[in-house]
Amino acid sequence: MAAVTDRIETDCDFAIIGAGPAGMAAANLAAEGGARVVLLDEQAAPGGQIYRAITAGGAGRGEILGSDYLAGAALARGLEQPGIRTLWGATVWRVDANGGVVFSRGGAASRLRARRILVATGALERPFPFPGWTLPGVMTAGAVQILLKGAGIVPGDAVLAGSGPLLYLVASQMIAAGAPPAALVETRGPNGLAGAMRHLPGALRGWRVLAKGASLLAAIRRAGVPRHTGATGLRAEGGGAVEALRFRAGGQDHLLPSRILLIHQGVVPNVQISRSLRLAHDWDAAQRCWRPRLDEWGGTECEKIAIAGDGGGIGGARAAALQGRLAALEALRALGQIDMAERDRRAAPERRALARELAIRPFLDALYAPPREALVPPDETVICRCEEVTAGEVRGYAALGCLGPNQAKAFGRCGMGPCQGRYCGLTVGEVLADARGVAPAEVGYYRLRAPLKPVTLGELASLDSGGAA
Amino acid sequence: MSDASPFRRLREPGPSRVRLTFEGREIHAAPGDSVAAALLAAGVTSTRETPVSGAPRAPFCMMGACFDCVVEIDGEANRQACMTTVREGMAVRRQRGARRLAARGGIEGDGGGDGSD
Repeated sequence: MAAVTDRIETDCDFAIIGAGPAGMAAANLAAEGGARVVLLDEQAAPGGQIYRAITAGGAGRGEILGSDYLAGAALARGLEQPGIRTLWGATVWRVDANGGVVFSRGGAASRLRARRILVATGALERPFPFPGWTLPGVMTAGAVQILLKGAGIVPGDAVLAGSGPLLYLVASQMIAAGAPPAALVETRGPNGLAGAMRHLPGALRGWRVLAKGASLLAAIRRAGVPRHTGATGLRAEGGGAVEALRFRAGGQDHLLPSRILLIHQGVVPNVQISRSLRLAHDWDAAQRCWRPRLDEWGGTECEKIAIAGDGGGIGGARAAALQGRLAALEALRALGQIDMAERDRRAAPERRALARELAIRPFLDALYAPPREALVPPDETVICRCEEVTAGEVRGYAALGCLGPNQAKAFGRCGMGPCQGRYCGLTVGEVLADARGVAPAEVGYYRLRAPLKPVTLGELASLDSGGAA
Repeated sequence: MSDASPFRRLREPGPSRVRLTFEGREIHAAPGDSVAAALLAAGVTSTRETPVSGAPRAPFCMMGACFDCVVEIDGEANRQACMTTVREGMAVRRQRGARRLAARGGIEGDGGGDGSD
């Protein structure tokens, strides 16, 4: 029965795409305020990536995953409301400025129309290309966290490489799970801290994050995990799969045997939907990524569409939930459920909390800024994993006059594989900008179009041709 | 593939386990596992070969974004192993880039086919 009903065009007040902290918080507030909410997520259950499997097996692993993870349970409980209809396993592949949302679920495509849409699709891990990063056994640090949250699976003797707070969190969770990493190879050098110190006054407002960071580092030290800092020249080696990580640190060459290499270089906004809507995006020079241009409610140039959470700029899970509530308040105002005075009154405490959450960001951004070789890797590095285009080939396009990522597609198909640029877009932009001697802001980004995920002809055919958006 | 997986389960699935096959070999998973998680836990290293160079690949992002884990499930190609939940009796095969698909369509001279492992 469900499959049949789902294919009928659905109208709702507020469609929310993504059930991470931003989406869950927005759905709860909007439904309590009287809006008819539809919450869609590609996963089988709520939580997004940060609170993944929070209503499934994840909560049973709280000892390992920690109290910040368990905080997601309250947000998930907030979805148990008659005003919220949840659609799990729904892959949204088209969003229209007029309020249309097209998605596939269980092999069939459906369409719904909403008076307002909130895009809460979160972040992706920043691409961290280096020679050998496509070998089996090389995974993102986030991927192993997903294995741990969702399936209770941990790698033994893994090497963690890169930079960013998540690297320490994953290491400490692996230690708690009885599978400490074999080594931590950090690309961050000793100079990062000096540069970050000027942001310390702001960071002290985020003392909670600093304290957590210190406790993670203490746990890693207690477990005796070897740490290498200032690592350069990373290279994954192996035949059919990764066998070792080669790098240089402390004036020495190192070769660490490893069958599982977990890489991380921070997270960046997932802009697939906002780009497909042709919304304005600004280059964030500190976080080295694009972010959609938003007003103080997460609103965009499209009146019906707002963005909340990491998809609008990296702020973390707590900031995302606050942004979700702000966007929901504005949605309630636009839907006529509350007036402007009530919106502003209720928004005030959320805004103060948000300012506290975001205060530490400039410090973190400076401390964990990706190193140059992660942004513009050596020539031999495959940077488009799908179409296997190397950094050297992209530099060759620049020499031939290629101006930016979108044009680079025509030169060599980079960004045209099934991931649709998610894991190469930023790198191709950085490499072309570097080769041309201009800022990444100047070279632009891929022009993204629906379908935002590959769909089959069968799925397309299942859409009623009547009301094509 | 190797039987000695670099991954281990915090808790074995026990009697509630789900049985599926990868390249004809039976493997066990816990209910609710993604196909990608089940393959990694079973010691499978490479889950596909790329269409461009034939290079081996395996799950990379585990969140449905990178498409490196696409496999053939019950005869259907291009299924994201990390986004698909295991089911009893599921038959999973390594996806061999464009070659295997070409071979199915009867295109001659593609040089593909099985038997390389």
